[in-house]
Amino acid sequence: MTVEITEATRFDLDIDGPSALELMSTIREFESRLPTYSEEGLIRGSTHPSVGMEAVAVGVSWALRASDSVASNHRGHAHCLAKGADAGRTLAEILGRRDGYCGGKGGSMHIGVKELGLLGTNGIVGAGIGLATGAALAAQAQGTDNVAVAYFGDGATNQGVLAEAFNLAAIWKLPVIFVCENNHFAQSATLEEMVAQPDLRRRGEAYGVPSVDVDGMDVEAVSNAAAEAVQRARSGQGPTFIVADTYRYLGHMAGDTEIYRTAEQVEQWKGRDPIARLAKRLLDSTVLDEAQLKAIATSALTLVDSAEEFAKSSPFPDVSSAFTQVSEDYR
Amino acid sequence: MNKPAQQLTIWRALNAALHDEFTEDPSTIIMGEDLTTWGTGGGIYGVTRKMADVFGKERVRDTPISEETLISAGAGAAMAGTRTVVEIMYSDFMLLGADGLINQAAKSRYMFGGQFSTPLVVRSNGGSGIGKAAQHSQSLETLYAHIPGLEVVVPGTANDAYGLLRSAIKSENPTVFLEHKALYYDKGPVTKELIPLGQARVAREGKDLTIVATQLMTKRALEAAQVLSAQGVDVEIIDPRTLYPFDMETVFSSVRKTRHLLVVHEAVRDFGWGGEFVSNTVQECWGELDAAPRRMGAARAPIPYSEELEEAVIPSAQNIVDEALATVGRHTKLTV
Ligand SMILES: Cc1ncc(C[n+]2csc(CCOP(=O)(O)OP(=O)(O)O)c2C)c(N)n1
Ligand SMILES: [Mg+2]
Repeated sequence: MTVEITEATRFDLDIDGPSALELMSTIREFESRLPTYSEEGLIRGSTHPSVGMEAVAVGVSWALRASDSVASNHRGHAHCLAKGADAGRTLAEILGRRDGYCGGKGGSMHIGVKELGLLGTNGIVGAGIGLATGAALAAQAQGTDNVAVAYFGDGATNQGVLAEAFNLAAIWKLPVIFVCENNHFAQSATLEEMVAQPDLRRRGEAYGVPSVDVDGMDVEAVSNAAAEAVQRARSGQGPTFIVADTYRYLGHMAGDTEIYRTAEQVEQWKGRDPIARLAKRLLDSTVLDEAQLKAIATSALTLVDSAEEFAKSSPFPDVSSAFTQVSEDYR
Repeated sequence: MNKPAQQLTIWRALNAALHDEFTEDPSTIIMGEDLTTWGTGGGIYGVTRKMADVFGKERVRDTPISEETLISAGAGAAMAGTRTVVEIMYSDFMLLGADGLINQAAKSRYMFGGQFSTPLVVRSNGGSGIGKAAQHSQSLETLYAHIPGLEVVVPGTANDAYGLLRSAIKSENPTVFLEHKALYYDKGPVTKELIPLGQARVAREGKDLTIVATQLMTKRALEAAQVLSAQGVDVEIIDPRTLYPFDMETVFSSVRKTRHLLVVHEAVRDFGWGGEFVSNTVQECWGELDAAPRRMGAARAPIPYSEELEEAVIPSAQNIVDEALATVGRHTKLTV
């Protein structure tokens, strides 16, 4: 961190503005480089950048601690980084290297970090909803006050598991926070075409899960909503559903022709950019000056540079590892 | 009657089959995710390209991400008399629809005493090789071949893709139609003739060893056959093309000639369909075999992401050469 955190730099109740800015900038830089890696053949298969959506992961994670669980989805690098994952090891996994969190076995859609409570990014849309519900069940069963977060997209709300998980979490008062990153598209499908009731919040309410809408392009708003949800979960009052209104600036994945949206729409959303907004707020409230803003941007860049260097220089895994860790071997 | 063959990629051949079948039978519908809005307007691998333009959005439906309901609604639509094709983006996601397929569609004819036909095709892709990792690369065909009431189609060439997809749609039974994601851009001649389910194809003639293989493994077996031929082993390759119904007769008559059998599949070797082919052959051709039949398949591991690891868990052409030599007793070096 380039800026010392004092009481004066703290925003509202939960968020430390400069740190949040640096984390969002780091995620932005990290994710922005992915399409190039795909073009260069450094990334195989699919990878889904979350540029534009940084405020959600950062805002939610602010309220979490390492022992809380997070079940992520296919667009999950930000969820990992915001929960404390090291950028170098995360990228090494995305590049299939030995120093990746999963030794290169998982890749972008399967990054799990047990010590950070990360139950994995996920290749199956909706799957994290069930996993997070289960992690909350474990917290309850073990008598801890840990909580679990499920991150999923608007598209995932059409998977049956969400309805079932809402109900289960509500009747058992499970400490789970369902975070929907509503970026208005599921791959090439628009939300308007795929739901008849676009007020997604009402789905949670229908099951008795306290549900809120939040501006997903405003990290403070997200963090406040998350803090309240986490507080409710930790104190045994059960689940919350947070619907964060957000947008992805880049294509769904490398090679996306984006015929389903206009360049103007993308530009319009960039007008609500979460990083620019927070930077302006910090500047306007004189928490930071121009030089300090610049220092934060530079620091994010440096961090991602060194993550890239680390990941690229990490060797590929030993082929023999392909056959290990399939099951616990009792023989 | 022989029509002149056209050179088509597999995805184009599938696309042509859908267009032709939808033209011929105006009651047929198809649904799936991103069918008309992805890429140049035609699903994740382009197979439904231009279908919405020609047949309209009533018959060609973009769906929410709801595999469980897509497959069970597909079963219901088919039971209620509409020939239905469901596209599932990757066959791994078909597992979300296991109830609709296995508990419902597969049993609909039998449980209700033969009253219902369920002309449902669930189209998807399996297979590894392009870095899609553990949840987008499985070869799960054996699961479906195991279920009474289901038909399972695994085309490996453009011609087979065309002819078998049309037959699958015409079938009165629920059919799992598994394309291979690494083969969509493979080109081959397409005669546009229907191919009945349950007929194997002889992909290469030979006299010393019968290799049974599908899809990517047929390709690798063909490569291996080149190498083996230089070493004096003349390989016959049989592609069953459908796992249920399955054509043992073609395998038997080949084995009676070659007296040796090796089955290669991309599905995990343990408990895979290779065992079924080997066991039937042993029972039927016991006296005519010169050596124990062998089978190869993927290692018992999920598909890893990193390239060399992914390659390591799937039989390579070299692995097939080694195993073929072991089968004919010419070599003892074995690889997994
Ligand atoms: C069960 C399943 N169905 C389909 C897919 C293919 N797929 C991957 S991401 C995606 C869109 C998801 O949309 P959303 O949940 O809104 O998340 P976003 O990509 O917008 O972040 C689809 C259809 C999948 N991975 N898993
Ligand atoms: Mg979305």
